[in-house]
Amino acid sequence: MDLIAGWFSHLNDTTGINFTVFYDAFDRARFLNGFLVTLELCGVTITGSVLMGILGAWGQGARSWLIRVLVQFYIQMFRNTPPLVQVYFFYFGLSALLPKVTDNLGMQHPLIGGFIWASISLICFAGAFNVEIFRSGIEAIPNSTREAAEALGYTRLQTYIHIVLPLALRICMPALTNNLVNLIKTTPLAYAIAVPELLYVSNQIWSDDENVPEMMLLLFIIYIGLVGILVFAMHRWERALRVPGLGR
Amino acid sequence: MSKPFAVLLPLPEILHHHSAPARFRLSLRHGAALLGLLLLVSVAANAADAPAQAGVFTVLARWTPLLLSGFALNILISVMSMSVGTILGAFLGLALISPNRVLSAPAWGVTQFFRNAPWLVLLFFMIFLLPYHMQIGPFTFTAPDWVKAVIGLALPVMANVAEIVRGGVQSIPNGQWEASESLGFTRRQQLWQIILPQALRRMIPPWMNLYAILTTSTTLASIVGVNDVVTLAAQVLSAEGSRPDLLAPIYGYVLVMFFIYIYPIAWATRRLETKYQVRN
Repeated sequence: MDLIAGWFSHLNDTTGINFTVFYDAFDRARFLNGFLVTLELCGVTITGSVLMGILGAWGQGARSWLIRVLVQFYIQMFRNTPPLVQVYFFYFGLSALLPKVTDNLGMQHPLIGGFIWASISLICFAGAFNVEIFRSGIEAIPNSTREAAEALGYTRLQTYIHIVLPLALRICMPALTNNLVNLIKTTPLAYAIAVPELLYVSNQIWSDDENVPEMMLLLFIIYIGLVGILVFAMHRWERALRVPGLGR
Repeated sequence: MSKPFAVLLPLPEILHHHSAPARFRLSLRHGAALLGLLLLVSVAANAADAPAQAGVFTVLARWTPLLLSGFALNILISVMSMSVGTILGAFLGLALISPNRVLSAPAWGVTQFFRNAPWLVLLFFMIFLLPYHMQIGPFTFTAPDWVKAVIGLALPVMANVAEIVRGGVQSIPNGQWEASESLGFTRRQQLWQIILPQALRRMIPPWMNLYAILTTSTTLASIVGVNDVVTLAAQVLSAEGSRPDLLAPIYGYVLVMFFIYIYPIAWATRRLETKYQVRN
């Protein structure tokens, strides 16, 4: 650790290439914090949006006319508007309609903080795409499979959970991976509402140390690394889940 | 499978049958419901108003020209980065499918880099690192922020267009290559006269989809200081005395603007997709 810090400090002294996060304890601490917040944001939104997709895809096939219309409305609304304005709409617009809470110092706080609003809006945004992805997977399941399940006495919900969804998941895996990659690339939006994630802390660091190119390089490496890890994991999962004869 | 006689219908009719539900599904109701939501939020906000303040609708009407001018800048940015990105991306895509490793390997690297980097980070990169004055030969260019934003957005578009070109070319069955080769076409002739004319048709829907995504992403430019519709919305809010009850209606109004512009594009994309679907 000291060796790395020493090397980067030396690099700064000799060439002016200034990676403060590697040798300055304060910068390292806030950069690590930002990284953790980004990881948390990614984890929460990925899980949430997949759940949203599953729920929505179920709602799309619901018998009730009202549920189907609502799900359609939700999908089109979130797919065809800018995610940034969605984040603003949630964070400023809806937050203003909620009551404020007073903490024990007598300060007024909004009921829901920036991180949660960012998560909610990103989940809604990516979830809308996931619904369509899951739907395409579900439509690819032959009707005879569903009828076979019905003949075996499965209810509609049971068929969905035990038969249709597991098969559909395998079919729509590549598209899902794509969308989750997109979601990771959208998380820096939380910067706009001052969630202290990676881009936000990097901005603080480069404002203090005037090392924009170096921080940018780090940001690129980290985001491409995150995307790489996700793609690798999803490919492994896809192969592990493969059922011979399904799909191709 | 359940309708054995469906095969006997003429092809156009089958296509019509298949695409009809997807084509007309609820298109008008969305708009109506969206407007309804806006009305609901506005009315709720209106009800909370003190009588001395201007109503929500008055405020929206008063600032509509300004907001629309900001929205026009968004459209301008999207059209310009789409053009730049498409031209660059077409070359990059052709390099990707080149059999020459020297050409395709760097092209692959560039494509992956710009596809996987977050758009906002790319935008920051361009805003900070492009100089305001550029001296290229005897010419001096000044690049205001929105021009930098165009360049910053054109880069990921370029990478995505390259992938679309590659995907389109790969979707053409191998037999087409082999058949044209046996007819004595050179590789260039094969590509330009046989493969690309067919592939182009399949590239159009994903290309339009990309444009829709790009248009939503132009709002990112507001974060880096371009006076687009989102920045103007914030300015409108402060001009109206930062009333909390106006926040939701004004941002909702911006959402509606984008929805009205993008929904027809998304709808047309879906239509074209069903029309050009690969049938096997």
